[in-house]
Amino acid sequence: MFSPAILIQAVINGVLMGAVYALIALGLTLIYGVLHIINFAHGALLTMALFAVYFAYKVLGLDPYVAMLAIAPLFFAVGYGLQRFVIGPAAHGDDRSVMLVTLGLAIVIENLLLYAFHADTRTIDVPAGFNVIDVDGALLGVSRVIGFAAVMLLTLLLWALMKRTDTGKAIRAVAREKLGAELSGIDVAHIYAVTFGLGTACLGIAACLLIPTFYVNPTVGQSFILVAFTIVVLGGMGSVTGALLGGLFVGVIESLGGLFFGETLGQLGIFLVFILVLLVRPTGLFGERA
Amino acid sequence: MPNHHNGGWSRRDFLRTSAVGMLGALAAPSVLRAQAAGVKLGILQPVTGALSYSGQQGRLGAQLAIDELNAAGGVRGLGKIEIVFGDAQSTPEGGTAEVEKMNAAGVAAIVGGYSSSICLAASQAAARYDLPYLVDVGVADNIVTRGLKNTFRFGPGFGVIAKTAIENLITLNDQVGKLAKTVMIVNEDSLFGSGLAKLLNDQLPQKGFQVLETIAHPTPTRDFNNVVLKIKSQNPDLVVPANYYNEYVLLARTMQQQKVRPKGIYSVLGGAASSYKFVKEFPEAAQYVMDCNHWFDPRNQKAMALKKKIEDAGQFFTYEVYLNYSSVMLAADALARTGSVEHDKVITALGSSTFADHIMPYGPTKFVNGQNQGAAPVNTQVLSGDIQVIFPVTFASAKPVFPIPA
Repeated sequence: MFSPAILIQAVINGVLMGAVYALIALGLTLIYGVLHIINFAHGALLTMALFAVYFAYKVLGLDPYVAMLAIAPLFFAVGYGLQRFVIGPAAHGDDRSVMLVTLGLAIVIENLLLYAFHADTRTIDVPAGFNVIDVDGALLGVSRVIGFAAVMLLTLLLWALMKRTDTGKAIRAVAREKLGAELSGIDVAHIYAVTFGLGTACLGIAACLLIPTFYVNPTVGQSFILVAFTIVVLGGMGSVTGALLGGLFVGVIESLGGLFFGETLGQLGIFLVFILVLLVRPTGLFGERA
Repeated sequence: MPNHHNGGWSRRDFLRTSAVGMLGALAAPSVLRAQAAGVKLGILQPVTGALSYSGQQGRLGAQLAIDELNAAGGVRGLGKIEIVFGDAQSTPEGGTAEVEKMNAAGVAAIVGGYSSSICLAASQAAARYDLPYLVDVGVADNIVTRGLKNTFRFGPGFGVIAKTAIENLITLNDQVGKLAKTVMIVNEDSLFGSGLAKLLNDQLPQKGFQVLETIAHPTPTRDFNNVVLKIKSQNPDLVVPANYYNEYVLLARTMQQQKVRPKGIYSVLGGAASSYKFVKEFPEAAQYVMDCNHWFDPRNQKAMALKKKIEDAGQFFTYEVYLNYSSVMLAADALARTGSVEHDKVITALGSSTFADHIMPYGPTKFVNGQNQGAAPVNTQVLSGDIQVIFPVTFASAKPVFPIPA
């Protein structure tokens, strides 16, 4: 049996890691909630963002947390452009085509990155990657604490954007009733692209938060994507609150599962909870019935 | 067909299409370059997916050997080597699919596979065509104990590696008055790591070590905080990691961050422990790490020249490079001696091989049931930003530093 000190630290580690999962899932759920599409390019876009942050550090000497100020708008633009000029036009309004287009995009992005940068694993060495905060004997990684705070702040900002701004209102209107929104004069294609941009910007920020303690190679995004899909379904598809709480929950389950059952079996915990939620509450924890 | 609800997708559609999409994403296109005439050699590596770094390094080693051979006229009597590249996509199924393509392309032999699981599946697929298969790295012992006549391994299997690692550990520990008594093993959970962990669990207690816990983890693993917490809670004298590069780096970095300092980190086939890349990028986390792993012969001038050539090109001289380089040279030697690309003849030539012109500290090859009997690992330690050989004493370049100074 583990001492309470170890258990507490495992829970805190889970919460801190879960926050980053939540941010990745947040982008995915936002896109699903509004566009009603499954973005299979999400993992590849995360990889792309990680490369961007890596090179911002290596070439321009930008600290990942400073780079966030540039990476977030840049990836908003990438997402906006992709939806407006690639995914939207290529899909011809058919949801199934959208899925295939995003899947195709994922393959193209990953292979372009592989071609350009080879399979080499790259890491950066910044103080935040090694510094710790000692909280009563529990050593918390500075980068994880910063990550958690950033995710909470970002969720709050996103919530404010959705509730308090005209763009937010338009996004919510399109999510709820696309035709009605269109008839009210909302430019649906623009709102779709804005939402896709916001989802992709979340990945840009997640990349800045991850890279101090993680690595980047052309397939690294895949290791986060299954867990992000799980969080989206667990929290309720399209639900921002669901993604946040789902992410934190999955982080803790993964952490405690790993501690008690080993890293291999610990992953099972996530999927067991996932199956249970689907059995008891098929719409997810915060999802609405379709 | 999916049901549409308000123009969207239901949860069932989402799950169903997610599953289909995931499978589709995994089936990424493979690389196959077949050319006409000459002697064809299949170079099978996982150049995409989780093992792609190692796969690309392996391909680099093979390519260098073939370039060198072709510059000197190719294989004696058979002409220039034409490479048929295959991408195993980091999965055994990917490996077997490429074997089928390579066989159809008419290769004389296949070199590579990298991971034990891929080597196991690919060599078995090749056996159906009696196609000679030279394992480059895959260390699982059963790769060569299944009675497959087509399968040869130039490097050591983990039986020999574990034995050498334990013998050297005992010598090391005896020198400091048996200071280390408890051990924790951190291994990746595929054939390579789990097989090795089982061997260590069987043998270490017989030699007076207590294995406190064996922690298996998948590849990839995103976070090592829990593993390190467990290590911290049990405070072992030695931590023994056996995993691939990325996970090794994450583990070492997390141990450094969480200030976990055992008396020694003694890796057995540690993915990064004897990697110049790791040492260069994280000198502090790498300092004093010991490893029992594949290593080139530092007394061999050809090895040192190849090392310089690779480093001058901005690449790292990793074990995948020199094992593949040597394996290709071995295949070319067998092809030259038999003067034929017929599978049976190549297999016979490999089986009777006494090839000595390689860059590993193994001596001339001697195969028994497909395993090169002279193959053995070397112990290294990271000291002051460089990797030194600490065992065998015959060509050690430094004395081991153990326990890690406070």
